[in-house]
Amino acid sequence: MIRFVIQRMLLIIPTFLGAALLTFVLIHSIPGDPLQMLLGEKVIDPVRHQELLDQMGLGKPLPIQFIDYIWNVLQGDFGKSIQSKESVLSDFFARFPATLELAFCAMLLAIVIGVPAGVLAAQRRGSVYDHSIMGAALTGYSMPIFWWGLLLILFFSLNLGWTPVSGRIDLDYYFDEGTGFMLWDSLMSDQEGAFRSALSHLILPTIVLGTIPLAVIARMTRSAMLEVLGEDYVRTARAKGLSGFRVVGIHALRNALIPVVTVIGLQVGTLMAGAILTENIFSWPGVGSWLVNSIYQRDYPSVQGGVLLIAGFVILVNLTVDLIYGLLNPRIRGRR
Amino acid sequence: MTNVTNTAGAIAPKPAPVLTPGREVWLSLKSNRGAMVALGIILLTILCAILAPVLAPHDYTTQNVDLALTPPAWAEGGSATYMLGTDGIGRDILSRILYGSRYSLMIGLIVVTLSLTLGVVFGLVSGFYRGTVDSLIMRLMDIILALPSLLLAIVIVVLLGTGLTNAMIAVAITNIPHYARLTRAAVMTELTKDYVVASRVAGAGTLRLMFKTVLPNCLAPLIVQSTLGISSAVLDAAALGFLGLGAQPPTPEWGTMLADARQYIDSAWWVVTFPGLAILITVLAFNLLGDGLRDALDPKLKR
Repeated sequence: MIRFVIQRMLLIIPTFLGAALLTFVLIHSIPGDPLQMLLGEKVIDPVRHQELLDQMGLGKPLPIQFIDYIWNVLQGDFGKSIQSKESVLSDFFARFPATLELAFCAMLLAIVIGVPAGVLAAQRRGSVYDHSIMGAALTGYSMPIFWWGLLLILFFSLNLGWTPVSGRIDLDYYFDEGTGFMLWDSLMSDQEGAFRSALSHLILPTIVLGTIPLAVIARMTRSAMLEVLGEDYVRTARAKGLSGFRVVGIHALRNALIPVVTVIGLQVGTLMAGAILTENIFSWPGVGSWLVNSIYQRDYPSVQGGVLLIAGFVILVNLTVDLIYGLLNPRIRGRR
Repeated sequence: MTNVTNTAGAIAPKPAPVLTPGREVWLSLKSNRGAMVALGIILLTILCAILAPVLAPHDYTTQNVDLALTPPAWAEGGSATYMLGTDGIGRDILSRILYGSRYSLMIGLIVVTLSLTLGVVFGLVSGFYRGTVDSLIMRLMDIILALPSLLLAIVIVVLLGTGLTNAMIAVAITNIPHYARLTRAAVMTELTKDYVVASRVAGAGTLRLMFKTVLPNCLAPLIVQSTLGISSAVLDAAALGFLGLGAQPPTPEWGTMLADARQYIDSAWWVVTFPGLAILITVLAFNLLGDGLRDALDPKLKR
C-alpha cells in the first residue's frame, strides 16, 4: 500500500510541473505587454520602461523567468497581482472559500439526490421511474448551465421573488469574515436573518452548479447498481431472506459506490469549470469570476497563479480519490 | 507491394454477407426509440441549417427598432410575423435561431474533426511506439485533462484572440486527450491480436499497420466518443460565446445570443429562453444518439 501511495504521489509531480509550464507558455504568448496595460495611455521613457520590466522580473529570458517562477511557487510565492498589488496567493485564498462553499454545496446536492435516484432507477429498471429519472439525468447532463442559471433567475427571482439575483448575502448584514464560508460566518454572527439571507443567496447557484454532477452521479449509480444487483452474493442475500432494503441498501450499494466515488472525484474538474460560468451569472465573488476578470485585465501573475492553483487543487483531489479507491479496492493497488 | 496487399487480404477471409457490421448496428439502433428520436431531431437541425434562407421568415440581421422586444405570437401583444418574438433591437428571434443552427453544427463538426484527427494520431503513435514517446504524449494529455476544460479553453482563446475560429481551436485542443486515450487503449489491445502479427509478418509497414490494419478495428469507441464530442463542443463553444470570448455579435450563434439577451432578462423572457432551448435540444439529441450508438456498438455495455 505504501508503495502504491508513493508511486501515485510521485506521478503528480510531472503533471503539476507540466501544468505550470503550459500556463506559463500560454500566458506569455498572449500579445500585449502587461506594463503597458498598467500604464494605459501614458507614454513612458523606453529606458525607464526597461527598468520597470526588470523590476517586475519580466525583462529576463523566458526560461529563466520560468525557473524563477517555479522556485518561488515551491516557496509559496505566486507573485504579485499587477492589478491589486497584493500577493496572488492571498488574492486567491480571499476568494477561494466562496468557490469552495458553492462547490461543496453543489456536490452535496448532487450526491444526496443523485445516488438515491440512481438506486431507484436501477431497482425499478424499465419502469416509469427509471425512464423519468434517466430522461431527467440526460437532460441535466446536456444542460447549458449558463442558460439554466438565467432561467432559474427568471422564474424564481424575477417572477416569484423568492430568491435574490446575485451576491452572497444582503448588504444589510455586515460582519467580519471569519472563515470566509458565508453560511458558517452568518450563523456565528448573531445577526438575525443573516443565515437565512446567506442560504437564499446560495440556493440557485448550488442548483445550477450541481446539475451536471447530479446527472453524472445518477447515471453512474444506476449502471453500477445494475451490475452489482446481478451478482451472486446479492442473490444469496435475497435467498437468505434479508429485507429488500438490506439487500439493496447495504449489500449492493456499498459495492456499487466504488465507481461512484471515482466519478465524484472526477467531477471536481467539471465543478471548477462550471464555477466560472455560475459565478459569472450570479456575480458570485469566487475564484472563477476573479480569474475571468484577471484574464480580461491581462494580469499575468494572477492568471498564471490562479490557473496553477486550481489545477493543483484538481490534481490533489484526484490523487485523494485515487488513494481512497486503492483503499477500497485492493485489486487496483498492484496495477499501474 | 501488390503482393503484400493480396496476402494481407487473404488472411482475413470475408464472411458470408448475411449481416454486415454496419447493418447490425443500424438494426440495433433502430430498436432504440430514444436514439431514433434523437436522429430525427439531428436530421431536422441539419435541414434547418441547410434551408435557413428559405425557412427564416425574416433576414437575421434586419433590425426593426419600432418592434423591439415583441413577445412571441401566442403571448399578449405578440405578432404572427415574429413567431418567437424579437430581441432588443427588433431582430426576429426565430430567424436568428434557424441561422444559428448552421453555426452550432459547423462548430460541432469542425471541433470533433480537429480533435479526433489529432487525438487519433497521438493515440496511434503512443500505442505503437510506447516508451518515451508514449510517456511524453500521455503526460501531456494528463496535463490537459488536469486543467478544467473551459478554463484551458479560455486561456487559449485569450492567447489567440477572441472569435469563433479561435474558440473552436481552443475547444478542440481541450478535447484531444479523450480521443488519444481511447485510441491508445484500443491500439494496445489490437496489437496483441493475431491478425496484426500476421500483417506485420507479411511485411506491412508501420503506417500501413497503423491506419489500414489497426485503426479500422478501433473505430467503435471513437464513433461513440465523436458523437458525444459534438454535444460537448456545442456546449463549450456556446459557453465561450456567452462569456464574450467566442463568436462575436451580430453572429447569430446561440451562446452569443444569450450573452446579448442577459440585459433583457427582467423585461423579455423570450429573448433569454429560446436560444438556450435550441442549445439544450441539439446537445440532448447528440447525447441521446451517442448513448444509443454505444449500446449498439458495444453490446457488452448494454443494460
